[in-house]
Amino acid sequence: MGIETKKNKVRISGELTIYVTNEFKDILQPVLEEMPKIDLDLSEVSELDSSGLQFLMALKQLKTKDNEPRVNIVDHSAVVKQTLELLNLNTEFADPILLLAKEGK
Amino acid sequence: MSLDEAKVTFIEEANELLQEMEEALLALESDPSNRELLDGLFRAMHTIKGAAGVFGFDAIVEFTHPVETEVDKIRSGQRTLDHHLSSTLLKIKDHTQALVDAVSNGSSSDEDADLHNVGLQILDVLLEEAAEAPEPKASKKTSKSSGSEKKSNASDSFISSMIEHDVHETKTDEHSWLISLQFKEDTFHHGLDPVAFINYLKNLGEIIEVLVSPIDMPAFGDADFESCYLSFKILFDSKASKAEIESVFEFAQDCCDINIIPTQSKVEGFLAALDQLPADESVKLGEMLEAVGSVTPRELEKALNQQKESNQAVPKSQAAKLGDVLVQSRLVDKAVVDQALQKQKSVREEARFIRVDANKLGQLINLVGELVISSAGVRLLVEKNNIVDTADVVTGVEHLVDDIRNHALQLRMVQIGETFSRFRRVVRDVSKDLNKQIELEISGGESELDKTVVEKISDPLTHLIRNSLDHGIETPDVRLAAGKSAHGTLSLNAYHDSGHIVIEVKDDGAGLDVDRIRAKAEALGVIEPEQKLTKAETLRLIFEAGLSTKKEASNLSGRGVGMDVVRRNIESLRGTVDVDSDVGVGTTITIQLPLTLAIIDGFMVGSAGENYVIPLSMVEECVEMQSSQWNLEEDSHFMNLRGEVMPFLRLSEFFGNEKAASHKVRRESLVVVRFGRAKAGFVVDRLFGEQQTVIKPLGKLFQHLKGISGATVLGNGEIALILDVQGLLHVASHHKSRRKTAPQLTN
Repeated sequence: MGIETKKNKVRISGELTIYVTNEFKDILQPVLEEMPKIDLDLSEVSELDSSGLQFLMALKQLKTKDNEPRVNIVDHSAVVKQTLELLNLNTEFADPILLLAKEGK
Repeated sequence: MSLDEAKVTFIEEANELLQEMEEALLALESDPSNRELLDGLFRAMHTIKGAAGVFGFDAIVEFTHPVETEVDKIRSGQRTLDHHLSSTLLKIKDHTQALVDAVSNGSSSDEDADLHNVGLQILDVLLEEAAEAPEPKASKKTSKSSGSEKKSNASDSFISSMIEHDVHETKTDEHSWLISLQFKEDTFHHGLDPVAFINYLKNLGEIIEVLVSPIDMPAFGDADFESCYLSFKILFDSKASKAEIESVFEFAQDCCDINIIPTQSKVEGFLAALDQLPADESVKLGEMLEAVGSVTPRELEKALNQQKESNQAVPKSQAAKLGDVLVQSRLVDKAVVDQALQKQKSVREEARFIRVDANKLGQLINLVGELVISSAGVRLLVEKNNIVDTADVVTGVEHLVDDIRNHALQLRMVQIGETFSRFRRVVRDVSKDLNKQIELEISGGESELDKTVVEKISDPLTHLIRNSLDHGIETPDVRLAAGKSAHGTLSLNAYHDSGHIVIEVKDDGAGLDVDRIRAKAEALGVIEPEQKLTKAETLRLIFEAGLSTKKEASNLSGRGVGMDVVRRNIESLRGTVDVDSDVGVGTTITIQLPLTLAIIDGFMVGSAGENYVIPLSMVEECVEMQSSQWNLEEDSHFMNLRGEVMPFLRLSEFFGNEKAASHKVRRESLVVVRFGRAKAGFVVDRLFGEQQTVIKPLGKLFQHLKGISGATVLGNGEIALILDVQGLLHVASHHKSRRKTAPQLTN
């Protein structure tokens, strides 16, 4: 449960909700200062609420100098996928796995 | 409908149209280009002509046809409505009236020939003026925009671009809605999760598109993820109504701006629904829009509040209309509001009035009166036999009877404004004849009173107004010499006061000379030289028969003949008339009339075994205590109630049933009554409480009884007398030391 960071790999497990988002932010801050790019693994996220969604959107808005996203989502859990699909954010969060998942349907 | 009935309808309608025509003409004198009034003028002539044609009243058709043509010219701007033309048209109105009257009287052909000649003369004048009339002016036509721009202001740029690009290209059928949700920052603190709402929305239909945009969300490092920054635009396809969709977001109402906007095709759906809305349901704009589902009850309430708030500060003319508020806050599309307004207008025109025979109404009111009595009878039996389980039902029935009574009486209520505005013509004509400049000011025209009362008040009012015009208001040079403006003002005012309507006829003319009235009254023997009178009492002498029937009295007082007739007329309606005047300043005549002559709310009291009803509207208060505690001045018949001195009457004494003389020991009650400014106390034995009272007139023999204005039948079949409060007040304050005065037949 919680957030694990290992160099530029970040992995969130359990809930990504209002109860943890501000806490996660504080943990991610130093990582973001150190690493130009981050891979975010959401495969173990069991719950995502609006606050968590904001959290992800804010992360996606971070760009490098070349205007490339600094945060890459490498994997989603079913819960995350569902919410992103519901809100039509699958294009914005256009990650290979998500597209694959769609094709697999 | 038989031919006779149809004829009656025609005559009634023609009379109304002619009245409208006169009003329009008079109003046009000050506002000659008012389109609506001109249309009214044309419609009056046109409709009368058409209807007369149907019945074959050729004289009317012949006369009105050329008039219609001329009025149409005015309407299209080919002829200007000047003062001459206006006077001619007024004459035409009078002549048409005469023709209509001739029809209703079925007059002989001789009279017809006379009328015919008069008509030809008037028409000559009309057409002569037409020949002299200036060349046709280019008529200005304001072409109305077709109202095709439908969508534009109903959406901001973002939404409209979304609609234009996504919606139209993808799929829009008639169930598409655009839902815009803008959550407030503290949303999460209320335990709400916006995403959950959207998830739930899926149960109602298909979400076609969602656009999530974080509004003003700070960069990741600075963001507070416990605040909500989200806003959503959702294109939603559903058969659900707007209200149903709204209910999804019911809990979020406080922390979210919700806008549910129909897409173009949906708007068309609303328009169609509006068309099919049954005519009788569509009365208020808001209700209509709600009925077709274009606006939800909550939105309506919000808009109404908003309208109220914004209207508090601004004058009435600039007040925001509900339609505008709805369009501005993007709740409803403008096209829908426009159509609803149009529908409303046409419905109002269609269903504003139905014609009902006045006799039928009278019959209804009589029946309601009997119903009131019967209902009181039922109540009495229930209480007597102590049937507890029936009491509830009876109470229900009584409430209904009360409502029915009020509504039935309301049916006969008419606004006095119509009667007032008839005097515009009188004022106009008389002031022209007398070379005076007089303006008529009308206020309180919306005050309502029983039609039977209105009909009977018209004559006395005419009398008073003519008097004011004739003798009250001076000619311009006299006025200027007296330092007043050349324009005299006559004002008619009406307002409600404690179950009565008060009508004021006020002029700023010469006023009444108290000394001369007194001198004349003394000369006529109306009063004795040593009699001391207050100013008000002296002024009131003008209503005495002796003073006004003599011709020279009009020169003396500045008032014309027949003021005693005026007073008699008004008193026969159970009303009063009073006068106040200052020399050089003007005269005010105040008439007080009861609102209705049929059923009143009464207050029943008992005295020496008899029941009396006092009109509830005149009862100020009831006090029940030992008579020894009152400061009763038995000899002078004055009492002191909490420092206020007022006359009192012991009803048992006044009506001469002093069965029990030991009233010092007995518990008595005092009913304080008020009429206008006068107050008095009635001492009675018992208070029974409020009671609906059906006024039954007394028989001819008893009509001149003092202190009694009528009688009513109680539930148990007994009779209660209705007290004539104003008469009794008069007695109480004028004959203070009178004792043992039995009702006497005068005349």
